[in-house]
Amino acid sequence: MKPIATTRSSMGIATGKLAVWWVLVSEIVIFGGLLASYVMNRLAHVEWGDQAAHTNTWAGAFNTFVLLTSSLSAVLAHQAAEKGDGPKAARFLYMTCLGGLVFLVVKGFEWAHEIQAGFVIQSGGFWGYYYTAAGLHGFHVLAGMAVMIWVASSAKKNQDLHRVENVGLYWHFVDIVWIFLFPLLYIAK
Amino acid sequence: MSAHAGAHHHTNYVKIWAILLALLVVSVVGPMAHIQVLTLVTAFGIALVKAYIVARKFMHLDVEKPIVHWILALALVFMVLLYAGIAPDVGRDSGQRWKKTDGWHHLPPQSDHDGGAHKGAEGATGH
Repeated sequence: MKPIATTRSSMGIATGKLAVWWVLVSEIVIFGGLLASYVMNRLAHVEWGDQAAHTNTWAGAFNTFVLLTSSLSAVLAHQAAEKGDGPKAARFLYMTCLGGLVFLVVKGFEWAHEIQAGFVIQSGGFWGYYYTAAGLHGFHVLAGMAVMIWVASSAKKNQDLHRVENVGLYWHFVDIVWIFLFPLLYIAK
Repeated sequence: MSAHAGAHHHTNYVKIWAILLALLVVSVVGPMAHIQVLTLVTAFGIALVKAYIVARKFMHLDVEKPIVHWILALALVFMVLLYAGIAPDVGRDSGQRWKKTDGWHHLPPQSDHDGGAHKGAEGATGH
């Protein structure tokens, strides 16, 4: 089997994985800024709670369930890759992608319903935040799915198995962002 | 193969997932009592716990190299700086050369998507 990663000797960590962690650091600043801006504005404008009352808590909770489950399949893919079982890792990665697809479909229905009800991005501070934050997060889900399909296609041939962990790290981060967005957008009413 | 592979070969990920789902149920049910403190604890407190579990067990931060912890800490410092630098102004209604005008965040749903929202947005800039 090919060696599955080179390693930065000074840091004792695989080069690709270190790069992913740096990507996540920049993402923390992006999403952290977004979350912080919500907290600031929510404290300054109590009426955001009235606007948030129109979001569908059950849809948000279901999507949280979907993303947590997709994180499980992502970590099981990593576990399979570490055992050298590329085809099994690929199957788990495809399951993770399926979770991402379900998440986006549910989000699409939610948005369609909200837009039909007249809640658009210009409808107030909360809705501007809602569409921006959920949209940016949804874009990250889509990007993760695309990379995951690419990684799975080589993993099923037992090639570049270290990438399974790397894409998994990204996916777990996307999950963590949603864990914080869920109470902000759906619970705090 | 990563150096810490053996450390999480035998982790029961399904059990961790089940714990996360149980926490999700609590975070949905807790706020239904409409008690502010309970909402804060069950929704936001549990979000922190869930994020911690995902980071520690699924991202394997519990066995990750110190450099990863350091760069994550760096990101969190930047986040706090961002918040601390902006929050004082966001919390105010007026400053030396600006003022938030009434109504920009009281907009009702717009069925015809007309200019009402735009008027509000202009009001927010308040010269």
